[in-house]
Amino acid sequence: MVSVHLVLFLAFGAVCVAGAVNLLAQTHPINSALSLIAVMAALAGEYLLLGAEFVAAVQVIVYAGAIMVLFVFVIMLLNAGVEDRTKGGRVAILFGLPGMLLGSTLVGWVVLRHSGTEAVAAGALPGDPRTIGQLLFHEFLLPFEITSVLILIAIMGAVVLASKPPTAAAGGRAGKAD
Amino acid sequence: MPIWLYILASVIKSAVLLVVLLTAVAYTVWLERKVVGRMQNRWGPTRVGPFGLLQPAADGIKFLFKEDLTPPHVYKPLYIAAPLIAVIFALTSIAVIPFGNSITIGGYSIPFQVTDVNTGLLLILGVTSIGVYGVALAGWSSNNKYSLLGGLRASAQMVSYEISLGLSLVGVLILSGSFSLRSIVEAQGGHFWGFIPRWNIFLQPIGFFCYLMAAYAETNRIPFDLPEAETELVAGYHTEYSAMKFAMFFMAEYANMVTVACLATLLFFGGWHGPIFGPPILQALLPLFWFAAKIFAFLFLYIWVRGTLPRFRYDQLMAFGWKFLLPLSLMNLIATAIAVAW
Repeated sequence: MVSVHLVLFLAFGAVCVAGAVNLLAQTHPINSALSLIAVMAALAGEYLLLGAEFVAAVQVIVYAGAIMVLFVFVIMLLNAGVEDRTKGGRVAILFGLPGMLLGSTLVGWVVLRHSGTEAVAAGALPGDPRTIGQLLFHEFLLPFEITSVLILIAIMGAVVLASKPPTAAAGGRAGKAD
Repeated sequence: MPIWLYILASVIKSAVLLVVLLTAVAYTVWLERKVVGRMQNRWGPTRVGPFGLLQPAADGIKFLFKEDLTPPHVYKPLYIAAPLIAVIFALTSIAVIPFGNSITIGGYSIPFQVTDVNTGLLLILGVTSIGVYGVALAGWSSNNKYSLLGGLRASAQMVSYEISLGLSLVGVLILSGSFSLRSIVEAQGGHFWGFIPRWNIFLQPIGFFCYLMAAYAETNRIPFDLPEAETELVAGYHTEYSAMKFAMFFMAEYANMVTVACLATLLFFGGWHGPIFGPPILQALLPLFWFAAKIFAFLFLYIWVRGTLPRFRYDQLMAFGWKFLLPLSLMNLIATAIAVAW
């Protein structure tokens, strides 16, 4: 008997793959960005099927709702037009496709060797907010804090790179045009 | 409960909720025109029906029969999809709002809620954060400089204020220890010292202030309605829209207002809690009445603010969001966390 879960899993998976392929096939940046949002939303659906409601919600809020809004914002701001379509270099065709196949086979082999082929039952993984909070702020506190410092450094780096050179900013009020 | 009965109950609840919500949206527009009219020493709509009560119906028919213009220079797929995105996500988020306790029909307990998700609050935040795309894509696909500026302003404003909005809600989450809107409301039952209701507003006044400010910005209402500032941008992101497509943006804005009012009621004002008295039938209906009354108060506040305050300048809006509201909500969160951990 085909369970509802399997049907939903395949449906979300199909949306995910179709969105990813569409991302590459589209020539206009905004269509590619929207395809990526579809991929994110379908991934959130997969998380939901595993019973990880918190991860699914965060996936939608952070990736689909915040990061992709910034992507779309930048595309709109630059008013990026249709891209030129290139056939790709000979190197890309000769090595890219076999390399991709090899890489995905390797990842699949590693994953299957460790976890077996049986599917994870829905809700079998502890995905509720309480468990995630406990893990994040007790067991993985140090990696969590290091990641936050890393992000802070990245933000500061972006500010330094984006700011005007000191000679230009010395006269008037710096950052007035933001 | 058998599965078919569950599906039937869900479909009926969704249909009823949709009708109630759309009616509420239509009459919020009427209320706004009436109240702002009186504030400006005018009458507002008076011609269609008693007190202009049938004006929403007249407006709806007008929107349906107007010519639906599509300008030649727009990017058509997204131009058509944008109002749909806006209105669909605005209507979806209402599904997890609990309106009252459950009622028992034929031995089955049916809650006044389409679905009780245990991460209901996160779901609302997620759905509303997707709703930004409606406005942003409308601005971009219209291929018009005013629309584009409106869309850019909307996406920058919503991303900026979403942070304060989320942080202002975390204080409430710390106090109640749950993402489920039903348990958040149930945690607010009872009274402090026997007479002050145990509502989160008394424990989180700064959190509520931050929520209210951020919510006004998220719904693009005055004083934060810069995405459609008509004195600078004609009509902002919906300049090129007419007839029903324009009406969809209109509906989305007012549905978002209702959702924001629902959320404020649930998180800070004790949801459906209120004095319960009288015969059993009245006791069953009073929670619904209290909930509706609190939402009405919030919608009235929206209209009152619109009739009172002028629009911010865009740099003032950004400075307010990043330099005042964000630090304030962060400090509120830290203070709450320290107080609870004590």
